[in-house]
Amino acid sequence: MILNYIGSYSLLFSLLISAIIFLISIFSIQNKKESIRNLNKLFFFQFFLVLISFLSLIILFVISEFSNTTVFNNSHTNKPLLYKISGTWGNHEGSLILWLMILTFFVFIYFLKSNTRPIRERLFTIVFQEIIIIGFSIFLLKTSNPFNQVIPTPDQGLGLNPILQDPILAIHPPVLYLGYVSTSLIFSSALASLICLNVNREWASFIKNWIFVSWIFLTLGILLGSIWAYYELGWGGFWFWDPVENISLMPWLCLTALLHCTLVLEKRSSLGSWTIILSIVSFTLSVCGTFLVRSGILNSVHTFANDPDRGVYILIFLFFLIFSSLIIYFLYQDKIISNKDHFNFLSKESSILINNWFVMYFLSVVLIGTIYPIFLEVLSNEKISVGPPFFNKLIIPFLIPFLIFMAIGPNLKWIKAKKFKIPIRLSILLFINLVIAFLVLKIFDEVTLKLTLLLTASFYLFFITFKDLIKKEYKNISQTISHFGFSLLILSIILNSFLSKEIITNLKVGDEINFQENIIKFKKIESSFSSNYQSLIGYFEINNKHLFTPEVRIYDQPEVITSEADIKTNLFKDRFLVINLVKDNDYLNVRYQEKPLMIWIWLSTILITIGGSLSFIKKYEK
Amino acid sequence: MYGKKVKLRILFLVILLSSIVLTIFLVLKSLEENVIYFLSPTDVKNLNEIKYDKIRVGGMVKNNSVKINSQKITFIITDFKNEINVTYSGLVPNLFQEDKGVVAEGFLKDKNYFKAEKILAKHDENYMPPEIKEKLGEK
Repeated sequence: MILNYIGSYSLLFSLLISAIIFLISIFSIQNKKESIRNLNKLFFFQFFLVLISFLSLIILFVISEFSNTTVFNNSHTNKPLLYKISGTWGNHEGSLILWLMILTFFVFIYFLKSNTRPIRERLFTIVFQEIIIIGFSIFLLKTSNPFNQVIPTPDQGLGLNPILQDPILAIHPPVLYLGYVSTSLIFSSALASLICLNVNREWASFIKNWIFVSWIFLTLGILLGSIWAYYELGWGGFWFWDPVENISLMPWLCLTALLHCTLVLEKRSSLGSWTIILSIVSFTLSVCGTFLVRSGILNSVHTFANDPDRGVYILIFLFFLIFSSLIIYFLYQDKIISNKDHFNFLSKESSILINNWFVMYFLSVVLIGTIYPIFLEVLSNEKISVGPPFFNKLIIPFLIPFLIFMAIGPNLKWIKAKKFKIPIRLSILLFINLVIAFLVLKIFDEVTLKLTLLLTASFYLFFITFKDLIKKEYKNISQTISHFGFSLLILSIILNSFLSKEIITNLKVGDEINFQENIIKFKKIESSFSSNYQSLIGYFEINNKHLFTPEVRIYDQPEVITSEADIKTNLFKDRFLVINLVKDNDYLNVRYQEKPLMIWIWLSTILITIGGSLSFIKKYEK
Repeated sequence: MYGKKVKLRILFLVILLSSIVLTIFLVLKSLEENVIYFLSPTDVKNLNEIKYDKIRVGGMVKNNSVKINSQKITFIITDFKNEINVTYSGLVPNLFQEDKGVVAEGFLKDKNYFKAEKILAKHDENYMPPEIKEKLGEK
């Protein structure tokens, strides 16, 4: 099939162009002949060639061309069109092409949008970025070429894991990748500005946009993954502290910290070194995520193949990146010009710095909980896992001061509060919130010290940001909305976690069971056929009015059973019913859950990203 | 003696150091309390004394061993050398089938009897816990 050759050769040519761009940039830096006029065509070509190769792969998937190994391993003629297309990036090889395509796209955009930066800095950024692109191109071509062929051509493919055949999961990887990959530009630009001694306000306000892009996409990507896990995996939760989830959370935490300290750099020219470190760490964590997920070290639906070669390559590449960026950092870090003024304790920048440290603490907890089991297994061959209690115990108590600083910080002035006076109104509000939190918990009979304080802190943030939202006349609207969204998120999570109710039982057709004030009746079961699966639909009636029709799907290619939960959502709570088959048996395994405020967890996260996006709109208005 | 600034800085360093030490201590302590060990049925048989902590037991679901009623599900986990009886009442994942890999999390009652609180199977249809693959490979 000719598309196999087109795809594979355009990848090869794009690698060639990357090498040319790399050499031109190095040459221009050395000869001080710093003109980069002609580069934009090359950047476009580089992107265009990877795009062609990506499109070829999509077409191969759409026409089910099984002479291609990737298509053969991951597709099937019976699959609906949408999942043929999304199957392109639902596997290791295809997802790497996507990764590479976004890399080349972003460097192209960077080139167009960075006119305001000094040419030398742009050239250095391009050099670093091309090193990353070349690294990933070689990785792709050498260890995981998507255009390998199977001879003779098989009649049928092996099919895509049905659990991945889902509309949300079709767009989850691209969105997440947009977030991951844009951290590479933050990384390159940070190193370049370090070398060119440009770590200053102008650089901060330039790189801030990229940080926002990365942060917004990463937030959305995590949200999509979380929604999918909620309704598809049938566990009825949104976050499980699963290693794969943690790995996407780590760069997110790092970016959040970075976002805030870039603001300090922009406004006060301090925290320069810290900004650079965070930029390096964000990207490292993103590549680490790819490494851990792709190498098969973590077992999950994300692990496509257990190929040690791939792991070793990414590991070496990762060490190279970390090592060289650290060398650059230590060579130049003393040249960062920094405002030597001490921070006043009651200033905006110190509250940002304090919360930065909190975020770093959360990051280390997640990091340790995620990689400790891996290390232990390598070192002592003991197999362990670290469960949610570890994370809850270490993170929740520290959320309390974190939320309070988050509420107070934005209301403080930059540089210095005039006089040290305890803000009386804020203290009264804190006390009122303590009472509210106590009363709320009293109603539900859940009073504990930890929960009361946590609820107080989140109510506090909620009311203060709500007040700002009404009063502030769109000054800093982006920050206010994001913080408001965050308080809403924490509130919904807290209320959701202690008000959720569930029952798990085994039922036969005709059975009836009482669960608190609900009567769950299992009325009948029906089966039907779709193009690539057979489904069993259970009919359940709750309180004689709500009809639930959860489904069990039995896919034939590959042979997998999935459960489709039936979820009834309203503003106050989700009702969630899921059934599972146990062997050939009359009994069905049934789980019914009531999850209060579930929808607010998703909505508040969307609100957080809207807040982030508003920072762009505001800029254009200026 | 020392100036006010130096004193302040020393105080700051002391606070910083002690909070770092405290944090590390806290993290390690809760790590120790919250790790869950993974054992195969053979490991369970070879235990000197029964662990009453939460553990995971992994292996294959023995053929024809799954029984279900309205209260609970019982089955046998085997690693083809030793077996262990499991009772469970809770959500059963889709990939839970006879002759397939399974990981159960819960508490040991004695060396032959395990009370599971959770059954894990979030993997694809060809998944076998790596531990089992290794153990089978050893044979």
